[in-house]
Amino acid sequence: MVYIIIGVVVVLIGLFVLAYNGLVRLRNQMKNSWSQIDVQLKRRHDLIPNLVETAKGYMTHERETLESVTNARNLAHQTSGGGVAEQAKSEQALSGALSRFFAVVERYPDLKANQNFLALQEELTSTENKISFARQYYNDTVLNYNNKTQAIPTNIVASIGKFKSGEFFELEAPAEREVPKVSFS
Amino acid sequence: MWEQIRANRIKSTGLVIGMACLLFIIGYFVGILVLGSPLAGLIIALIIWIIMTLVAYYQGNSIFLSISKAKKISHKDHPQLFNIVEEMKIASGLPVMPEIYIIDDPAPNAFATGRDPQHAAVAVTSGLLQRLNRDELQGVIAHEMSHIKNRDVLLMMMSGVMMGSIIILADIALWYLILGGGRSGRRSSSSGGGGQAQLIILVVGIVFIILAPILAQLLYFAISRKREYMADASAALFTRYPEGLASALEKISSSPAKLASANRTTAPMYIINPLKRKGKKASDLTSTHPPISERIRILRSMGGGSSLLDYESAFEQAHKGGGRIMPASALAGVSPLTAREPGAAVEPSKIDRARETSDLMWKLNQYSSLTCACGTKFKIPPKFKAATIKCPHCGVINHIPGR
Repeated sequence: MVYIIIGVVVVLIGLFVLAYNGLVRLRNQMKNSWSQIDVQLKRRHDLIPNLVETAKGYMTHERETLESVTNARNLAHQTSGGGVAEQAKSEQALSGALSRFFAVVERYPDLKANQNFLALQEELTSTENKISFARQYYNDTVLNYNNKTQAIPTNIVASIGKFKSGEFFELEAPAEREVPKVSFS
Repeated sequence: MWEQIRANRIKSTGLVIGMACLLFIIGYFVGILVLGSPLAGLIIALIIWIIMTLVAYYQGNSIFLSISKAKKISHKDHPQLFNIVEEMKIASGLPVMPEIYIIDDPAPNAFATGRDPQHAAVAVTSGLLQRLNRDELQGVIAHEMSHIKNRDVLLMMMSGVMMGSIIILADIALWYLILGGGRSGRRSSSSGGGGQAQLIILVVGIVFIILAPILAQLLYFAISRKREYMADASAALFTRYPEGLASALEKISSSPAKLASANRTTAPMYIINPLKRKGKKASDLTSTHPPISERIRILRSMGGGSSLLDYESAFEQAHKGGGRIMPASALAGVSPLTAREPGAAVEPSKIDRARETSDLMWKLNQYSSLTCACGTKFKIPPKFKAATIKCPHCGVINHIPGR
């Protein structure tokens, strides 16, 4: 009888350790993928001053556009390291300013032919992509982790070990969240 | 989300085990027919397989890359390609950046290699860089990265090695039998009944030895085809843009150029079969890749979605009652995803892209370039040792920098 009780306790402890370690692994994966986003956001902040500097010479009549990009960049740079939600908001503003900037660039063929500008544009386009891919992956890991912390039986372990649920990083424009259009053509 | 990798692994394990059975059965027959002892045959089969596996595991990467004459590049050689690979590394969540290689070949194609995500490499041909735009290149790289992520490379390598071992064993046995070694004295000493049983074993063995290599190849190709669909599905998921890969496949398949450095064993590694000639439809069982037209059709019928679920339903629609790619259990928690819009980046013209790629190839081949005052461009081969070069157009003597 005693042996059975000891056996059950050992198995229970074993299961607890397994579940706990699983949660730690998922949480680390989530933190790690957040740092991926962070790296790319910083890279974007570093690229923008160069881009504005290169564009200045060509876009003499677009001071406002350039300034709004610079301001959005500085604001985003200040909020980095803050909470996920706050940072997402300022980064979204920066994305908006950048897309307006690139729409204006279309009117300057000389700038579009500049080698330096093209190289910077490739870097920035790629950084934008990397941000959205990193966000994609981060949100997947958050979902994974949250599912584990809320589902039975790992939620018991999660509440004992004080595993808080993760925060999603939403950077989408409102239009992107709408229901996809269906065409019947 | 990564459930389907596990599910797929189980299915592939089954196929690999099938191959292993083939290997041991052939070892057994070789033992009986050639060595007179089934155990010796099994041991020989095991030894050949272990040696080939070790070589493939530790050297496969470099052997493969050197067979295809691939050259390693860094960020400054081709920023766009490098960036795209990094994007896909992030999207797929790979732990380290794979090495990037370029093959100087006008045939557009790409492959991934490496035994695990820590030792991975992707290679693309210069023809691919010339023809594809950014979104299309992203689709191709995503396809290759999912081969790495799903551990397809290791699986293909291991089953390729097994296929090779089976072929070697069958060859040994056939040569032995043809050269008359099978008529040894052992058989004549056995009694009548045993002789008949041995005759049956002999016949079955010979038939098996002839059939085994063919069976092994069919298994190898079956494993490969499934993986291609799976990699296409993952590529759509990673890029959120199935059209990129679809139009890349279209461009690649419409190119008449044939890849010079591919052979039958390495063929399944490429994004499309490098050996199949245009217009020739290979039969279903012996092709390493599913028909491209079908892969394109599935990608284009995902109905604006980009999740694995969308791919699966598009696949099932294309193959009415023809099985599925991912088991239903793996797709249980998958939520639908909307595909993104095409990239808005300014694309260089076709001519610019071709020029950029050829400049890169000259550079990777250690040619230095020089522009004369009259506008003539020189490509100086590494063997040219003189310090100056005379321009054939204006006659000016140009000093080669760095000499």
